[in-house]
Amino acid sequence: MYAPHTDADIEAMLAAVGARSLDELVAVPQAVAIRSPLEIPAGLPELELYRRMSSYAARNGALDYTSFLGAGAYRHYAPPVIGTLAMRGEFLTAYTPYQAEVSQGYLQAIYEWQTDICLLTALDIANASVYDGATALAEGAIMAVNATGRRAILVSRAVHPNYRAVLHTYARGLELAIEELPVANDGTTDLANLEARLAEGRFAAVVVQNPNFFGAIDVPPDDARRVVEGSGSILIGVVAEAMSLGALVPPGKWGAQIAVGEAQSFGVPVAYGGPYVGFIAATKAHMRRIPGRLVGRTVDADGKTAYTLTLQAREQHIRREKATSNICTNQAHCALIATIYLACLGGSGLRRCATLNVERCATLVQRVTGIPGFTRAFSAAAFNETVIRVQRDATAAVVLAALREKRILGGVDLGRWYPELADCILMTATELTTDEEMTALCDALAHLAVGGHLVGA
Amino acid sequence: MSAHDGSLPPPPSRFEFGASEPLIFEQHGRANTYLPDGRTLEEFLPKELLRDELALPDNSELDVVRHFTRLSQRTFSIDTGFYPLGSCTMKYNPRINDAMANLAGFRDLHPFVPDELAQGALALMHDLERYLAAIFGMAAFSLNPAAGAHAELTALLIAKAYFAKTGQRQRRTVIVPDTAHGTNPASAAMVGYNVISLRSDSRGRVGVDDIKAVVNDETAVCMMTNPNTLGLFEDHIAEIAAAVHAAGGLMYYDGANANALMGNARPGDMGFDLMHLNLHKTFSIPHGGGGAGHGPVGVAAHLVEFLPTPVVRREGDTYRLDFDRPDSIGPMRSFWSNFAHAVRALTYVLANGGDGLTKISQLAVLNANYLRVHVRDFLETPYDESCRHEFVASAQKLKRETGVRALDLAKALLDHGYHAPTIYFPLLVPECLMIEPTETESKATLDGFIAALRGIVEQAKADPEAVLATPQKTVVKRIDETRAARQPDLRWMPPAV
Repeated sequence: MYAPHTDADIEAMLAAVGARSLDELVAVPQAVAIRSPLEIPAGLPELELYRRMSSYAARNGALDYTSFLGAGAYRHYAPPVIGTLAMRGEFLTAYTPYQAEVSQGYLQAIYEWQTDICLLTALDIANASVYDGATALAEGAIMAVNATGRRAILVSRAVHPNYRAVLHTYARGLELAIEELPVANDGTTDLANLEARLAEGRFAAVVVQNPNFFGAIDVPPDDARRVVEGSGSILIGVVAEAMSLGALVPPGKWGAQIAVGEAQSFGVPVAYGGPYVGFIAATKAHMRRIPGRLVGRTVDADGKTAYTLTLQAREQHIRREKATSNICTNQAHCALIATIYLACLGGSGLRRCATLNVERCATLVQRVTGIPGFTRAFSAAAFNETVIRVQRDATAAVVLAALREKRILGGVDLGRWYPELADCILMTATELTTDEEMTALCDALAHLAVGGHLVGA
Repeated sequence: MSAHDGSLPPPPSRFEFGASEPLIFEQHGRANTYLPDGRTLEEFLPKELLRDELALPDNSELDVVRHFTRLSQRTFSIDTGFYPLGSCTMKYNPRINDAMANLAGFRDLHPFVPDELAQGALALMHDLERYLAAIFGMAAFSLNPAAGAHAELTALLIAKAYFAKTGQRQRRTVIVPDTAHGTNPASAAMVGYNVISLRSDSRGRVGVDDIKAVVNDETAVCMMTNPNTLGLFEDHIAEIAAAVHAAGGLMYYDGANANALMGNARPGDMGFDLMHLNLHKTFSIPHGGGGAGHGPVGVAAHLVEFLPTPVVRREGDTYRLDFDRPDSIGPMRSFWSNFAHAVRALTYVLANGGDGLTKISQLAVLNANYLRVHVRDFLETPYDESCRHEFVASAQKLKRETGVRALDLAKALLDHGYHAPTIYFPLLVPECLMIEPTETESKATLDGFIAALRGIVEQAKADPEAVLATPQKTVVKRIDETRAARQPDLRWMPPAV
């Protein structure tokens, strides 16, 4: 219990409010009163609490494993200074900055985050964050629906399957239609029939991801971009691996009017899936349709630079059912972590990190495909992950299980979402992936190939 | 002064109290050496795939440390002082919670590790869900939603799926009392439902007859919070729930005010079918300047099959994530939960135990009533009866007499070193101040706050101009909100080359 009241305090306060006891003070009608004490174990002193929680943590065996997992959650190096700054109590225990005069620091940090996202995506505006990459996509799709008055979304099958699943969940609420674009042989989105699909004028948005879920660099060519523009649809660019923005052509430069994505890679731990930090950026035309908080720079009564939440006429607490979204709480603290991360690395550090990711992945591809029985499934250029196809009729599941016996998490089994890719593994390498880890992986794969486990299994 | 004001920034090594902090983009330094150098991107990728510019400046680590330290010093927080923001439950955030969330076994666990290598995480989620179900009287909880509003959307999608499965698609109306949070109607709109707003009665409650007058075979959900945003317990909740159920609708409990209830009453026993919790309120997760929160959704037995995927399943001594749920509404987010926050919440539950949680709610109610009986000496309290975890006061009379509004009282409190209460909410009380002290504040803190607020009201009567001119001691004075909205400046622009 973290309440400071002494018994004498409680007595004095009960007398002041005119109640005989705490029980009397909180009494509710008999019909809805609780009938027995809470079935929760007795409280623990902090030392025992530490042991109890540590015992949960110790049961997560994965930490002893070498990992090539990615697929929307990425391990990256986070300089310790980020945690030191972000965990300052003033940041950690502040609320949404409603009283701007005493929240200038956090408001400025969010303004810097908005700027970071604009610079990284090459778009005009960005909001103060949303829950994660998948919900950013859903909110971005709603922006496009509101902008065009159309009620269908065309989404590439190479967009992260979890993002697409969340888009479907939201679409059931709003009764939107979701249709898919197929994947071409090289692992990029197949845009061959795009013009015909868009001709009917039904689609509010076309959604592509770069790099896409298969790790392939998937930038629509200029002619596809012109087709989308000509059809009155909005191109939404998804960025599930924000580290790629340190290297690749940003969405604003390949025709996306709206960019949505996940910035977990900027210093936020993988933490079994959350909290992460979604972002939405857009061209200026969408400024009053963007959901969530926006921080603006203005002046105070003396003309001094000041920051404040602004354009709140879009938001739920003012507009209620007519708001652009229901979002209230966002991911401010994760956005702060990302802002500090980007300040520490700077433009040159981010480019260096992105370069290392490309190099590590290229090295991984070279080494794994050097082993008989393992090939690249797709030929498109990669950022930090790639799809490895297992030959000789084996499945990804069998190979990954064999690797687990060597204490290696070899990647993600694509059969989970794509039945036709049940022989494919999505493998990820970041700047944290060492040559020694690759050697361990390749030795194990070579052993499998030689030992014949791959055949039939 | 920043470059925005047309003058040069000060050298970053000099700290001047009250001076503006330049943007990080206006400070440049030598890049830090965090990562090995070597190859170039052009060796691996064709030039047309690469970006040609990246306008993020480099900064030395010391400059970054000073910049963000200064920003933190310009931010009021619970750690700084009393933060009586109504409906936000700004209680102390125990640091053991953060230390536990930062254990390597949690922090570095990838969401795609096989279930057998994440047994501790799955057991933790399962245990937290089970404890929340016990505390609030629901059949099951899902940790999937990221925050309160996200959980409201989740619950309404569950309702929509339930009505679709039971052949009642015509049910598209959501009843929302005027004491509800603004997210309720906004969430209803996101599932295509219509909103009926219900006026509360003279006692600040939803009237049973008023409910009976609006429910029919188009009623989908009645969204309520109890205690409501006036801090009052809806004492006819059982009859209200019966009326909604009799019409075939579902009852939804907005858990923003759950800090008043633990060990005393349970939404499940009141007749609620669906509910959410804000773990960042009642369960002491830090708000972090506006998130991340965590908003588990709870359901009664007949709605369990519709919970979002994945669901944590216990089978003997092992746990797994179950994605194969044909009637589920589907996933609400990229991955399974705001897991690091689930760690914090379970740490809090285990630290306090059942008796501790019960006492927490009692003391939260005691603190609110203690403030109420003192504040009513100098401000109106339109619903003058015993409150729960929060109460509302009104500056309507003061405004009429002096011109000093709720907003001005809020700004004056900032000069006294306190965060302001929530103001102008709920909307039905004019010049409203909504005050929630939480259980972690001492009698001495409350006495200090009462004295400050009393002094401000007295000053308003003697010298209203002085109050209207506040705040004076903050790093900036009142902010030109109109300019912010009319000339939106939402980002820094790199200087044109």
